Amino acid sequence: MCERDIDDIIEKYRGQPSSLIHALVEIQHANHWLPREVMHQVADALEVPFSQVMQIASFYKAFSLTPKGRHEVHVCTGMTCHLRGAAKLQAMVEELTGLKDGETDAESRFTFETGACLGSCSIGPELIVDGKHYGRMTPEKVEEVLKRYE
Amino acid sequence: MPKLHSVAELQEFRAEILASRDLAKPCIAVCAGAACDGMDSAAVAAAFLAEMDKQKLGGKLEVRTTGCHGYCEKGPNVVVTPGEICYFEVQPTDVAEVVAATLKGEVVDRLVYKDPNTGAQAVHMSEVPFYKHQMRLLMGDNPKIDPMRIDDYLAVGGYAALVKALTEMTPVQVLDEVKKANLRGRGGGGFPAGSKWETTRNAPEKTKYVIVNGHEGESAAFMDRAMLTGNPHKILEGLIIGAYAIGAQKGFMYTRHDMPLLEKHVRNALVQAKEYGLLGENILGSGFDFECELHFDVGIFVSGESSALMRSIEGNPPEPRPKYIRTSVSGIWDKPSNLNNVETWANVPQIISKGADWFTSIGSEKSKGTKLISLSGNVVNSGIVEVPMGTPLRTLAFDIGGGVRDGKTLKAIHFGGAMGGSIPADLIDAPLDFDGMSKLGAPIGAGGLLLMDEDTDMIEVARYLLDFLVNESCGKCAPCREGMPQMLHILTNMTQGKGKAGDLERLEDLAEVTGLGSLCALGKTSADPLKSMLRYFKPEYEARIVNIAGGSGT
Repeated sequence: MCERDIDDIIEKYRGQPSSLIHALVEIQHANHWLPREVMHQVADALEVPFSQVMQIASFYKAFSLTPKGRHEVHVCTGMTCHLRGAAKLQAMVEELTGLKDGETDAESRFTFETGACLGSCSIGPELIVDGKHYGRMTPEKVEEVLKRYE
Repeated sequence: MPKLHSVAELQEFRAEILASRDLAKPCIAVCAGAACDGMDSAAVAAAFLAEMDKQKLGGKLEVRTTGCHGYCEKGPNVVVTPGEICYFEVQPTDVAEVVAATLKGEVVDRLVYKDPNTGAQAVHMSEVPFYKHQMRLLMGDNPKIDPMRIDDYLAVGGYAALVKALTEMTPVQVLDEVKKANLRGRGGGGFPAGSKWETTRNAPEKTKYVIVNGHEGESAAFMDRAMLTGNPHKILEGLIIGAYAIGAQKGFMYTRHDMPLLEKHVRNALVQAKEYGLLGENILGSGFDFECELHFDVGIFVSGESSALMRSIEGNPPEPRPKYIRTSVSGIWDKPSNLNNVETWANVPQIISKGADWFTSIGSEKSKGTKLISLSGNVVNSGIVEVPMGTPLRTLAFDIGGGVRDGKTLKAIHFGGAMGGSIPADLIDAPLDFDGMSKLGAPIGAGGLLLMDEDTDMIEVARYLLDFLVNESCGKCAPCREGMPQMLHILTNMTQGKGKAGDLERLEDLAEVTGLGSLCALGKTSADPLKSMLRYFKPEYEARIVNIAGGSGT
């Protein structure tokens, strides 16, 4: 993601305070996290106080205030996945990556996150890496999947 | 495509679409719903297209990527028309065989449904047990529609209800029809949509808004995104009709940020509707103007609550307002704002097309129409089910769902996610009904139905659900912010064998106070699952209290 793309997003919403969330979502999607200086730019361009940008950015879970790893590893902890053993899956991911929910490793390889619910309950429990679903997962299969992501 | 300026132009255009289609030409519909997509149905669709290319079959066969068909358990799903032949768990390697059989008018036996007990085959959709007990008024069109093509929706009669409303009915007549149909909100409350519409319509402000709540935060509920992803125009049509009845100039679709396909389809639907003149100024020459904007939830459960959702649309944190301020009178930017759930809006076109009398002929005494149910948990056949209101839960769980997985026994049925409730297996004959289920302590909510097997630890389920809500509380009001962690603390202790005398009494106390004192439904109903479990599964809870008189302890 180059700076110009972020600038384009910010320009699109210049002078529109009510589009704050839209702007932040687009930047988050494109850049995977919200650097502080970018949030300052957003505040200036959209004419909202920086404190409000921080309030939104820190409140909603979709926003990340820290850089993410190259690969986002997600375990669905929705109710069906839970009933079908998501906790064991989560434990295995934590063991293999050494990461707890929300953490990124020192080499920036993985960011691990949990969340509910992605609506593919029929194929739960699920491991999702960079948006690709690995349905009907067992803890034994986790290592095999993670190996594919460097 | 030129803009349609009048109803006559729309009718003419629809006739052209239908004339250009050969109904006898076989069509292979590949499901791209959330579960099938997760099983890489995209590779199956790509394989079909490649095979068509290879054999140059463009004139003889059509391949369509569609929204959710419903039978998620057996994805990737493929339906071949004519005949609605259902193929399950289709892999890219099966594609050549399916194409060859389809061209010859034959069926690939090894890919059709087989009864797990008798081995009996079911080839057509109307014979497959999962489908045959359903009434698929809302979901039925999904296999016929490529959600990226508005023409497909027009081909199945889409926007005819809008035409009827704009040309043959006044806004008040539309409102009266919806009131007469007794359409109740599908999002959880079951509040009559017509009364809500009327309040917003009668509010003195000129600027009014209508909103589609497609947040669907309820865990294990996945029908709204299936509708929005699979047939976005149906919801949009309902919304435009509602806006006409209410006198709203602008609409908002509020939905999930984490479903790329959903976003793509809804964005595309809004653009296409605008191009065709179904959104914007002077819709179909009627003089009615309406715009619609897309918004995203940004990942927090409470933003599905109506007043919180409206704060989010304004660009603010999603903190709910007290309920005495009615959003239907003072919502987004303090203007009257009518919010309904995806499924509620999806019901509107058929009520206008076929009339309130038809709609009220379906369902139970006080709950009319059909209901979409997300069936999952320890069930054999999970997926999205649509049945008339009043259908016994047994039909849902056993005839459609195929019972409990792995030959286990049913212990409990859970409805309504983290703010719902669990009832024991012996209440399985209760009918699916807003009021009836609420009385039993397992309100339908948005319609997430889970079967829980004999191994389910009910204390652990209550702990899990509260843990979810504790993380999702916005923190604005103390009873919710502080009450839930206290209950969670006790339940966590109990699951770790550290339950002590007085815990159950304290839980009951906390449940009551949190329910009474919280500002919005999240806190108010946070203890509902727990209450239902203390009502039906109390001995199991008591057994977890160490040193309780007469109890064994664990």
